[in-house]
Amino acid sequence: MSLRIVVCVKYVPDASGDRGFADDLTVDREGVDGLLSELDEYAVEQALRISEAADGDASVTVLTVGPEDAREAVRKALSMGADAGIHVEDDDLHGSDVMGTSLVVASAVERAGFDLVVCGMASTDGVMGVLPALLAERLGVAQLSLLSEVSVAGGVVSGRRDGDVASEVVEAELPAVVSVTDQSGEARYPSFKGIMAAKKKKVESWDLEELELDAELVGSAGAWTAVDGVEARAARSAGTVVKDEGEGGRGVAEFLASRKFV
Amino acid sequence: MADVLVVVDHVEGSVRKPTLELLTVARRLGTPVAVALGAGAGQTAGVLAGHGASRVLVSEASEFADFLVVPKVDAVQRAVELVDPVAVLFVSSGENKEIAARLALRLESGVITDAVDVEAGEDGRPVAVQSAFAASYTTRSRVTRGIPVITVKPNSAPVEPVEGAGAVEELAVDFAAGVRGARVVSRSARESTGRPELTEAAIVVSGGRGLGSGENFALIEALADALGGAVGASRAAVDAGWYPHAHQVGQTGKSVSPQLYIASGISGAIQHRAGMQTSKTIVAINKDAEAPIFDLVDYGVVGDLHTVVPQLTEEINKRKG
Repeated sequence: MSLRIVVCVKYVPDASGDRGFADDLTVDREGVDGLLSELDEYAVEQALRISEAADGDASVTVLTVGPEDAREAVRKALSMGADAGIHVEDDDLHGSDVMGTSLVVASAVERAGFDLVVCGMASTDGVMGVLPALLAERLGVAQLSLLSEVSVAGGVVSGRRDGDVASEVVEAELPAVVSVTDQSGEARYPSFKGIMAAKKKKVESWDLEELELDAELVGSAGAWTAVDGVEARAARSAGTVVKDEGEGGRGVAEFLASRKFV
Repeated sequence: MADVLVVVDHVEGSVRKPTLELLTVARRLGTPVAVALGAGAGQTAGVLAGHGASRVLVSEASEFADFLVVPKVDAVQRAVELVDPVAVLFVSSGENKEIAARLALRLESGVITDAVDVEAGEDGRPVAVQSAFAASYTTRSRVTRGIPVITVKPNSAPVEPVEGAGAVEELAVDFAAGVRGARVVSRSARESTGRPELTEAAIVVSGGRGLGSGENFALIEALADALGGAVGASRAAVDAGWYPHAHQVGQTGKSVSPQLYIASGISGAIQHRAGMQTSKTIVAINKDAEAPIFDLVDYGVVGDLHTVVPQLTEEINKRKG
């Protein structure tokens, strides 16, 4: 029995660019370059390692939801070695909150067919980190999230979850949803061969109709939260910067005392 | 007044400070009712009552420790049915955000995570303030459907002792069939350093690449101890194996918002700034006068941290003594 792995990835505004909001208070995707969310590269990497450990008896399908450009995120994952791609794109998705997005992702994952869903720990734009949990809830399967190690053997997925107060070894029967942290293992760079091979790989394009989802359930119309205001944070007023001439440490102590920290 | 459900973070019955901050936030929206789950939950009642909780719902079922996330979702859902609150508040953490999101989905309610402040809006319903894109923006949001479920970051509100009735009630939970899906096979407690937890500390002292070695983190630890603060590390320092990942501050690590943040030997790449930019007061020590961290500071020293930091630690200890 072949292991069907679906990796969920997101195309996000580049953090080193000038990120901001559009007039309708959604994330501005025009004014800044996008890329595959760095934290999702770890998810792709772990999916590929699990697939490799299955000696070829596995498939890795990369799934993204987003506007036209988001296909780039799928392409990047394909060039790393994923087998196939799915891009869910529909104008009615604009303005979706995490509830709407998780509905679309869950529907697409179900349609694709899966034994294991692998996600990154959070997107680097919204940074909520709740999509994997919502997917597990919607799909009615086990959730193993925030794993710093993950492996699959004999129909069981297991891993290590490092919390604030304890580190846990956890496991669940497949099917399951997992999310992995940036401690799970450095993501590979696409090789030239991988980039060439990716061009031949199939990326399916689905819209809401194909997922049999009502437009009212997603986008701004289906959002259960609303953003009322966005303000650019006032630039910090320039602080004091001094050169250490031998009294630098005492200068800091003096400053801390003036702010009552000492 | 309407009830607001506050989900308690505690370790073996010892309530963590961000929960007390959450009770302050809850009182702006109504009367706090606390729900404490897991071993030692019953011992939390006194402290919670002392910070305004009118009731404390308690369940010490073993499911909370043996299985991931879902048992707590079941329990908080049960508490919501019992209390019928106007909002449910959690302290932001990886696990709590997941519990909050799954709960919200079941309640057909919106969820907001990582609020840095929550106020009562014109209609009394909560308005959440969040910080976006490495703290370059502040947003105001609200839940438009169902019972608002909101997670609030540590250090978002002051701790205010207020006497509440603190009536303790046993919470009877019928766990859903799927609760045993994700098993905890074993658990090893983190070794306590005796220092405050990174995300809830009022003072954080962080070290980066400029330290030059893992051994030199002793300089950072000594300064943190002099100030009673937590120790943080940049991704570069963690990737080099100089300090454990649990202490990483930044986009892929922890996000901190202390009263005072001291960055030593950290240049201040956007990924690091994303995790500390909402700190109230920022101090940096770095050899490179051009380091981007200096754009953020209230006070900065261009100099060698290997001499500046020990001198600072010594001076603080002298002033304390």
